[in-house]
Amino acid sequence: MVLAMQGVSKAYQTAEGPLQVLQDIDLKLEAGRSLALTGESGSGKSTLLHLAAGLDGVDAGRIEIDGQDVTQLHDAERAALRRNVVGLVFQQFNLIPSLDVAANLAFHARLAGRHDPAWQTELTQRLGLADLGKRYPEQLSGGQQQRVAIGRTLAARPKLVLADEPTGNLDEATGDAVLDLMLSLVVETGAALLMVTHSQRLAERLDGRIHLRSGRIA
Amino acid sequence: MLTVALSALLSHWRRRPMQLAMLLLGLSLATALWSGVQAINAEARASYDRAAAMLGQDRLRQIVSDDGELIPQADFVALRRAGWLVSPVLEGQLRLGSVRLHVIGLDPVSLPAEAQQVNVSAGDDLLGFITPPGRMYVASATARQLAGQPTPPLEIGQGLPPGTGLVDIGIAQSLLDKKGLISRLIVDAHQPAGLAPIETIVPGLSVRAPDPQGDLVRLTDSFHLNLTAFGFLAFAVGLFIVYSAIGLAFEQRRATFRTLRSLGLSARALIGLLLAELLLLALIAGLCGVVLGYFVASFLLPDVAATLQGLYGATVPGALTLRPQWWATGLAIAVLGTLVSAAQSLWQVWTLPLLAPAQPRAWARASEAARRVQAVFALCLFAMALALAIWGNGLIAGFAVLAGLLLGAALLLPVIMTALLAFMQQLARGPLTQWFWADTRQQLPGLSLALMALLLALSANVGVGTMVASFRLTFTGWLDQRLAAELYVTARNEGEATALRTWLAPRVDATLPIWSVEGTVAGGPAQVFGVADDRTYRDNWPLLQSVPGVWDKVAGGDAVLVNEQMARREKLQLGEPLILPGGWKTTIVGVYSDYGNPIGQVIVGIDALTSHYPDVSRLRYGLRLDPARTTALIDALQAQFHLPSQNVVDQASIKAKSLEIFEKTFAVTGALNVLTLGVAAVAMFASLMTLSGMRLSQIAPVWAMGLTRRHLVVLEVARTMVLATVTLLAAIPVGIGLAWVLLAIVNVEAFGWRLPMHLFPSDWLRLAVFALAAALLSALIPLRRLASLSPSDLLSVFANER
Repeated sequence: MVLAMQGVSKAYQTAEGPLQVLQDIDLKLEAGRSLALTGESGSGKSTLLHLAAGLDGVDAGRIEIDGQDVTQLHDAERAALRRNVVGLVFQQFNLIPSLDVAANLAFHARLAGRHDPAWQTELTQRLGLADLGKRYPEQLSGGQQQRVAIGRTLAARPKLVLADEPTGNLDEATGDAVLDLMLSLVVETGAALLMVTHSQRLAERLDGRIHLRSGRIA
Repeated sequence: MLTVALSALLSHWRRRPMQLAMLLLGLSLATALWSGVQAINAEARASYDRAAAMLGQDRLRQIVSDDGELIPQADFVALRRAGWLVSPVLEGQLRLGSVRLHVIGLDPVSLPAEAQQVNVSAGDDLLGFITPPGRMYVASATARQLAGQPTPPLEIGQGLPPGTGLVDIGIAQSLLDKKGLISRLIVDAHQPAGLAPIETIVPGLSVRAPDPQGDLVRLTDSFHLNLTAFGFLAFAVGLFIVYSAIGLAFEQRRATFRTLRSLGLSARALIGLLLAELLLLALIAGLCGVVLGYFVASFLLPDVAATLQGLYGATVPGALTLRPQWWATGLAIAVLGTLVSAAQSLWQVWTLPLLAPAQPRAWARASEAARRVQAVFALCLFAMALALAIWGNGLIAGFAVLAGLLLGAALLLPVIMTALLAFMQQLARGPLTQWFWADTRQQLPGLSLALMALLLALSANVGVGTMVASFRLTFTGWLDQRLAAELYVTARNEGEATALRTWLAPRVDATLPIWSVEGTVAGGPAQVFGVADDRTYRDNWPLLQSVPGVWDKVAGGDAVLVNEQMARREKLQLGEPLILPGGWKTTIVGVYSDYGNPIGQVIVGIDALTSHYPDVSRLRYGLRLDPARTTALIDALQAQFHLPSQNVVDQASIKAKSLEIFEKTFAVTGALNVLTLGVAAVAMFASLMTLSGMRLSQIAPVWAMGLTRRHLVVLEVARTMVLATVTLLAAIPVGIGLAWVLLAIVNVEAFGWRLPMHLFPSDWLRLAVFALAAALLSALIPLRRLASLSPSDLLSVFANER
């Protein structure tokens, strides 16, 4: 089991008092499988993704990633987990603006100590980024930036890929192409994929799907 | 519409109070340092004006002799008989113990009303004033100094400059031993018609126009220019903060500007609102700055007053007077500084295309082309500085060299840093180090203004520090040479002086006369000193240039030494003739260093001095003796002659006094240096605070990919240290260049002497520790903010929803 959540709850403090974002979430994801996470805006999708990545702590419940109980880990151990096990694809790409495309692609893999130049070259070609290695993020289109963000995550061969609306900024055709690529690469690398999406159409293409409503699995 | 728009614009500051605080702080500090220096200058100038107005010199014409000599009293009588309404004045220096008194003798009967300094002729007082022993009017501070000295009875004269004694001309002639002589004649503004021209009545005299400035203004001009230059540097460093804060505020409100424009606000109205906002901020900060400037000036003024007294004999009160024009200029400079700092941002708003896509941080992204332009501009400034250093003349040219050097270096700094960081990025092997250098390079545009400010402050510190330390080393060595005598004695009158010489002869190894006359030499005021033919001078006197057998030639009587400032000012060479007061023709055989003396000085053989100027005052002596016997001799001297303690001064006391004046001279420079460094630290702090708010989107992905917040803090500390260290390393050569310009150009132009440059690496090390500590301190709050970021803060970068 790459990802397992049991009874996970999370609330945020707001000016109007505590806001319950997630309540009693149970979820399991195996290697080589993909799962879509859908729901209305404000239903807690992104929060669930962030908890799954060990980016934030839970109020209650337990999260296991690759057999490690994330809720019991210290800050540094969680950072190591993100470095070595998890790969994140953000909706806003979040590339490192000071590094060129090639360095961005290699960055996570090098941090994790798993940089494989041959694999990176293959990824670059399959993502259509071969000619863009020396460009900087600000010189790329939205679609190109998203492909770099996906490439950066997959180059590190993470066991768990967490993607937050990876095709949200792309047109339908480009979105489909990017998703095809992600799914095939996830299968090839034996990773598990948890993907937040608003699109029913895209969600149907994944192995499974859970729907969130007001912080609960519907 | 306008009110709504203004409230939308001002809401930015409500949401970002720290940014507002930085802007106000930067502008207040800049205004404070500038207006503080201006307050000091204004106080000093008011004091010079009082001196210049002495006896109406600033308003009334004067009659002086063409050859600079004293005028026989008979000439005054001749002019009065011819109907000219003139009044005689005799001026001279009188040494009373350690006090050098400027004695002014006047004739209360013929003195024009405009020249009345104190009312000496009211009622029965006139008789007491003109009849021996007469009365001497002095400032209250001078009266205290003169206690116990052989002067006429003292009266306090309001408005008299300290160090000046006003007496009847007859009393002055007897005090100064100038019987029947006068210095000049004051010409009444209202003369009878049909008078014969002065030249036909008394040949050799001419009329001089009123002098609204006076000698002090000319003498101290360079000092005040130095002070102004430092104030301006501090102001410029402060403006870096303002420029940075305004630029950021404008950039952050770019979307608001666009919205307001698209909602129907004209570009003119938007600019008007922004100008109103800036004006309001400038006035608030200006007021704070002027108040702060008052405290800065009050803190610095006593040292400035001591410096002016020590260097030029100019007396400036140690307390500050509040002047309305100073408040006005302080506020004006704050407004002007704000507008200059905001000009570029306002222009960008004016030309902002309504539909252009938002470009966040466009202000911070310096393009290759912009950097190239900056580098070319910097090189042009260096070339200008070099050309002025070689071919320029005058103090203004000296300061232009300084400005070119500093501004060029500041502009070049980001260019050099970008190249250096790119090189380091290429060398880096690990992903983190690679990111570190790349990210540092990306931060550079946002920090470059603060780093430029830091470079200016550090360079000024290294440069001025090197100059002062070089000066101190040279000056101390020079004092050891010049003050060779173990004891200095001043008799109270000529009779006592004769008795003193006789009494001293068997008790000391040598009695060296320190006798001098004052007059005009090579077109300027100068002192002519006589020296005995003694080993003391041959062994010790600090000669810069000389002909072989120089001392034999001086002792021979027709050869003289001149001080460096006179030689430089008049471009005098060895072997050239020199005419001394009274038409005495001599030849220059040597040039000596004479630090701290604003006027020319000539050294002649003592016998030649007494034969050409038989009336020379013979009161002062330097005594050579075994240093171990100094105390015993002082006791014996006082027992025998009952001399006041200030009339017998040992070498150590004079050295201590000279060094004290020296240290005070540079105390102001030191204080301004520290304040400028402080402003630069604030600039750094402001920039780091600003950037820390924008860093989130850059560091959050790295954190998400597996770096802890602690890691990030360590990297941020390292980044600050790297940038500060590179700036510091760049500041050292720039500072050395600055010191060279100060020593070889500005000092020579301002004071007439050139000093050798000495380097003090230990001082740089101390500065490095301070600078890095200041940089670390300025990074503390932003770092603390980063360390205490909650995951939700970092996560806000990734999610638009929860």
